[in-house]
Amino acid sequence: MTQINWTELVVFSVLFLIVAGMGFVAARWRRPASMHHLDEWGLGGRNFGSWVTWFLIGGDLYTAYTFVAVPALLFATGAGGFFALPYTVVTYPMAFLVLIRLWSVSHRHGFVTPADFVRARFGSPTLALLVAITGIVATMPYIALQLIGIEAVLRAIGLTGDSFVARHLPLIIAFGILAAYTYQSGLRAPALIAFVKDALIYIVIIVAVLYIPHRLGGWSAIFDAADHKFTAAKKGSLLLPEANQLQYITLAFGSALALFLYPHSVTGVLASKSRDVIKRNMAALPAYSLLLGLIALLGYMAIAAAPQGVAPLMVDGKPDVSTVVPVLFDKMFPSWFAGVAFAAIGIGALVPAAIMSIAAANLFTRNIYVEFLAKDATAADQARVSKLASVLVKLGALLVILLIDPQFSIDLQLIGGVMILQTLPSVAIGLFTRWFHRAGLIAGWVAGMSAGLAMLYTIPNPATHHAHFGGSAFSLATLGLPWNIPIYAGFLAVAVNLLVSLIATVIARAAKIADGVDATVSSDYFADQGDPRLVS
Amino acid sequence: MADDPAHPPAERTDRSPWNWLLALPVVIPLLPFLYNRAEPRLFGFPLFYWLQLAFIGLGVVCTAVVYRATKRQS
Repeated sequence: MTQINWTELVVFSVLFLIVAGMGFVAARWRRPASMHHLDEWGLGGRNFGSWVTWFLIGGDLYTAYTFVAVPALLFATGAGGFFALPYTVVTYPMAFLVLIRLWSVSHRHGFVTPADFVRARFGSPTLALLVAITGIVATMPYIALQLIGIEAVLRAIGLTGDSFVARHLPLIIAFGILAAYTYQSGLRAPALIAFVKDALIYIVIIVAVLYIPHRLGGWSAIFDAADHKFTAAKKGSLLLPEANQLQYITLAFGSALALFLYPHSVTGVLASKSRDVIKRNMAALPAYSLLLGLIALLGYMAIAAAPQGVAPLMVDGKPDVSTVVPVLFDKMFPSWFAGVAFAAIGIGALVPAAIMSIAAANLFTRNIYVEFLAKDATAADQARVSKLASVLVKLGALLVILLIDPQFSIDLQLIGGVMILQTLPSVAIGLFTRWFHRAGLIAGWVAGMSAGLAMLYTIPNPATHHAHFGGSAFSLATLGLPWNIPIYAGFLAVAVNLLVSLIATVIARAAKIADGVDATVSSDYFADQGDPRLVS
Repeated sequence: MADDPAHPPAERTDRSPWNWLLALPVVIPLLPFLYNRAEPRLFGFPLFYWLQLAFIGLGVVCTAVVYRATKRQS
């Protein structure tokens, strides 16, 4: 049992409590006439400017899990983990033209979720329901994973124990506070806290990349140490093996396609006040990619710092790679700064967890509750249901982490990534063309989901002794095809989805199956700030 | 304020030849043969790492140019 580092704990707790206070006070920031409306609670008033949006979306996309898992990946396997870099470079130019259209049509029609848009565009409650369920199921494990980030930090501080309470009480307290201020302030809470979170992360990382290499003998020494480790262990490599290149780029590309399909990304975008804010952010958000690249290299710093005692902590008898970065900070920084770094990661879990739970709650409220259970729900009713739903979503995530092996959440998140990609045809392509038939898209979704889940099922992970859902690299040789090269399963699944959507659309048209009515007009997709909302 | 369907917002478009610039930072980072090498190193970083970091700059520049260039249109 490790000793508690009291300095780290105190600094961490103080910063955490300051941020919690901000969360409660956020309800008064940009004070609304009433918080009892989804536009206010769920989208912060739909009025965030460029800076707020930059901090919000940055805080939303770059999560504690990202900061803990990406370096852990480089620590364990090397170059393959760096896919996160091209992924985040490629996603913004791709999203540029798509998101401004989504913003415009949502501005005109008052859409809160991607399923709202699909409902109006294709006139299909069923398709919208599928999109909503996909969104909720894909988001929930992501929330659970933020807790892994917090737990890794708490372990490094020394807050572990043998009893259930000792191990998990701090986490339960943290989440209780998170649930309370999200209930109170809605999206304003993470938006305000994101300023603190992102500022802390930038400070910590800039210090880390200047100070730690200096102590370890320079960047050459760091890369050489990593190279030696991989060569000696015969696992991982400093560059990409030829056979892994296709997996690398399809994983990067597939992840980039998926990123802005996630409901929490859409929430961040719809909360902004104009198209210009979005465009500016597509150009400015890559600053976080630079941050992510440097964070990834912390994994190699951890390898090079092995002589200083940096190694993954043992959890239940096995080394837990996700603790590598907190341990690095613990050993290399003076305790007070390590506390700051831990607070950065911990708070870095709160912001996305809040936004994700709000996004999932909005999906439930608008696309399940109002659509199927309470058609006459007023704006105040919707806000109330969403507030409650967001608490339940967080509670569910907490229970999963406490009661089920964290590896389960990692597997689920992997599946979630493949799942959310299946909304690409209806949401992303639907923003540009109405060509697909609603029945075609439903068929495509079913095909893509089935294919994706089937592929993931066949992938084992020998390291964790999982026979199924062990990773996302699928080899076409499994289907009997001559190419034994791994490729990202999500990429293949969405390709199947598109193909089936296409074929099924042609068949549906030929069979004269009734199509839905498009409630949008083409000018909606260019609406900007100041254009009136349509009253339906 | 109710919208008057007889007077929708004036004809706007997002089309612009500038948009093609967005393809550059999408395609280039996905060509591993460009960067799957260790030499030449920069500040101790193998090429695989520093070049991919440099692509961030490419993305920022292209996106910023498209934003500014298409601003005057609508």
